[in-house]
Amino acid sequence: MYVIIVGGDEVGSRLGEELLASGHEVLLIEKSVERCEHLREELGTVSLCGDACEMAILTKAGVARADIFIAVTHEDDDNLAACQIAKQKFNVPRVIARVNSPKNKHIFAKLGLEHTVDVVGLVLENIREQAAISPLIHLLSLGDEGLEIVLFRVNEDLPIVGKSMKELSLDYGASLLIRQGQKPVVPTLATALEAGDQLIFLIPSESMESLRAVVVGDNRA
Amino acid sequence: MNVIIMGCGRVGAELAHLLDAEGHKVTILDADIKNFEKLLPDFNGTALAGDATDEEVLRKVGIAEADVFVAVTRDDDKNAMAAQIAKQIFNVPKVVCRIYEPPREEFYRSLGLEAISPTSVFARLIKEKLEG
Repeated sequence: MYVIIVGGDEVGSRLGEELLASGHEVLLIEKSVERCEHLREELGTVSLCGDACEMAILTKAGVARADIFIAVTHEDDDNLAACQIAKQKFNVPRVIARVNSPKNKHIFAKLGLEHTVDVVGLVLENIREQAAISPLIHLLSLGDEGLEIVLFRVNEDLPIVGKSMKELSLDYGASLLIRQGQKPVVPTLATALEAGDQLIFLIPSESMESLRAVVVGDNRA
Repeated sequence: MNVIIMGCGRVGAELAHLLDAEGHKVTILDADIKNFEKLLPDFNGTALAGDATDEEVLRKVGIAEADVFVAVTRDDDKNAMAAQIAKQIFNVPKVVCRIYEPPREEFYRSLGLEAISPTSVFARLIKEKLEG
């Protein structure tokens, strides 16, 4: 596949390196001449020095035949412009934008870019998980389907302990129960939760907040 | 009219003065307050520091009540992003942005934005002079 990456910082160059290693054709577009030199030394002649928001540079890069276009610069306005042009002018089938400011995620979606990576959000999620602040850990977004996979650790101090699945009032999605020393099972509404249980939910994205409210909200109260 | 201008460069400042002199309510935004030095003492509008590609900043300066939003920073990407936020998120009735690169002016027009490229305007003017 032909993959174009905009932005040759740590993320862009590592991604380029990985894709090259797995046999893909890669082009990195980078504004800074200095960074371009560096990329050339590291990865060979796979970089193009210039502003990827300019039509001339994008044409030179052969965007029209790209299979994937990924913009990972530190500037949201640059990522937005480059991705919109790649998608709407050159019809690149898969376009992915890095979002540096979390509040821009919904703006990008509104402007036609559904596939975004919210960097700050990812870091926060990771910290939350490591610090075990919340019993609810987001594992994966299936963006195209609008679904989320979430892990719920039933900590002993949660009010849900000893109560049944019914109390979670999950009238949506699917769940799997992992109980220590046992095979994972699909719990029924009558299944009582024990401290130490882990539940994996597959739920629609819009239900994330209500799940959080049921699980965490009760805990806070 | 209630007008918000993003970018207090020569064009932004001049436009702010023109509209202010006509009695419109003008708010001009710039990320760099040094640029407000271009505003003359007779300017009665409001000058605020802030980046108009930030939705919160736009909300705070009252974009919801604006009739017109104009994006004229030096940066095409910022202008395009701010203009699209004004139009698509806040439904400002009239949105105009400056896009220096001519092919991109065309592209943003295809997305429904009112984009003006000074580059192509001047090139055309000069060409007309030469053919004069």
